[in-house]
Amino acid sequence: MPQPVITASQLTKTYGDFTAVDAIDFEVAPGESFGLLGPTGAGKSTTMRMVGAVSTRTSGDLSILGLDPNAHGPDIRSQLGVVPQQDNLDQELRVRDNLLVYGRYFGLPRSVVAERADALLEFAQLADRRKSKVDDLSGGMKRRLTIARALINEPRILLLDEPTTGLDPQARHILWDRLFRLKEQGTTLVLTTHYMDEAEQLCDRLVVVDKGRIMAEGSPASLIREYSSKEVLEVRFGSDKNAEIAESIRDIGERHEVLPDRILIYTGNGEAELEQITQRGLQPITSLVRRSSLEDVFLRLTGRSLIE
Amino acid sequence: MTVQTIREDSARAIAGGVAPRRWGSWYIAEHRIRAMKGYAGDAIFQSFGNPLIYLFALGVGLASLVPQGVGGVTYLQFVAPALMATAAMTVAANETSYPVLMGFKWNPIFFGMNASPITGAQIVNGMMIQIALRAVVTVAIYFGVIVLFGGVPSATGWLAIGAATLTGMAIGVVISSYTSTITEDRGQMAMLQRFGITPLFLFSGTFFPLEQLPIYLQPIGWISPLWHGTELGRVATYGLEEPIWLTVTHVGYLTTLFLVGLWATRKHFTRRLNK
Repeated sequence: MPQPVITASQLTKTYGDFTAVDAIDFEVAPGESFGLLGPTGAGKSTTMRMVGAVSTRTSGDLSILGLDPNAHGPDIRSQLGVVPQQDNLDQELRVRDNLLVYGRYFGLPRSVVAERADALLEFAQLADRRKSKVDDLSGGMKRRLTIARALINEPRILLLDEPTTGLDPQARHILWDRLFRLKEQGTTLVLTTHYMDEAEQLCDRLVVVDKGRIMAEGSPASLIREYSSKEVLEVRFGSDKNAEIAESIRDIGERHEVLPDRILIYTGNGEAELEQITQRGLQPITSLVRRSSLEDVFLRLTGRSLIE
Repeated sequence: MTVQTIREDSARAIAGGVAPRRWGSWYIAEHRIRAMKGYAGDAIFQSFGNPLIYLFALGVGLASLVPQGVGGVTYLQFVAPALMATAAMTVAANETSYPVLMGFKWNPIFFGMNASPITGAQIVNGMMIQIALRAVVTVAIYFGVIVLFGGVPSATGWLAIGAATLTGMAIGVVISSYTSTITEDRGQMAMLQRFGITPLFLFSGTFFPLEQLPIYLQPIGWISPLWHGTELGRVATYGLEEPIWLTVTHVGYLTTLFLVGLWATRKHFTRRLNK
């Protein structure tokens, strides 16, 4: 295996008494697509800022491209592309100008920046909006422009913090498509998300984080295999009856999660378990058999839902 | 993709950091100057419009009440260096108040800049380069108009452009050292204008010599960078007679204020960006 481009060991960040990131270890290989999955406030963004060489760690070790960000912040950042959670495009500049000024920050000659800006506007499907004001772009377009901006220095590593939060489904799919192309070109991607489908789509490997700690690590498929069953049967009996009925079907399936509005039954065969329930004379208001997802993994690991 | 060893990656990163480390401040200045296109019309109008209005009102209107002039020169000649310093102060105060708040909060471009190899200190330097440029152009236009009105008898008058710009920058960095610490907008900008800029404008020997004020109000002038800058301008434009140590004090005070304000602003930016 090639040497990792990011190595974190016992990486910790505290703010006063609050520990945002609690002694985490992870490595990212070149060309890998690595995800941090967890709910809001899990410490994902803080981790990303440390990896982005803008936030000084409290303790532990961190190496990006073989360099310590404490000593080599600007050097490391010259090789990164960063897509922050909150868009920070310059609204006083037009679309293309945002790319031009940003490219200059890396010391690139104006002619090179201009050439790349045009190519990236094509890539981000914004070529016809090059002269638009940033404010006039939709949320999805702003995100794509931010990604284009992050690519102006042809980064070794692209950091994406919640890249599709707040976007409508169509805009998300366009964005995923673009990110997938980058991945195919060999760009190392590190992304945080609280969307399990996003993690499943984009990540080769991910860590599940909660309260600043890593709860599990693996590929989406292996995490599901390890922490969940093949299928999940979801039944609803009405919020007043759920808990009571859950008690009476305790023996059905491998494991249960009783949520306020529904019961999740983890099993290898959802349809068979549903039949058992109806044979006992119980009629759920709704029932659904689906494949296990990372949401189930998270629920298993933390006892909480990802999106609350 | 070519397979790179981590050693090659490190070498590439260190090479990639060289130009931004050296020129980063200028890249930011370039950005800010480009952003001025958005408000170029307003800026130009202000640069030409304000001097004309003030010179007609004060140099022509108010001056008619003071036919004997002040300290041996016409009222216009007396007030002109003060107007130049005030113009520089206004530009610098505008650029270091809301834009700083905005860059951290409403349109957090400083975080975007810092995600590239650019450091917090370079962001501050770059902003100051652009502000100084805008101030110097504004003051130079002012100076030109004043010359046309006959407000500059001395040949060394152009030095007042430097004095005014230094005054503006000294005040600007003091303001930015404060605005860079503001996290919630609770009307501090209006307070700054009302209790900072306006009193400076009125009590800094701008419209009348500081000695006209009762002695207990004169210290406002002594600590006011605008007073030091205005007096310095007067030395340049009409050879105001004052002891040499006082002239040196004006330059020293403004320079010190600028350096301390710049240092504090850079420190606050760096700290705030490193969350």
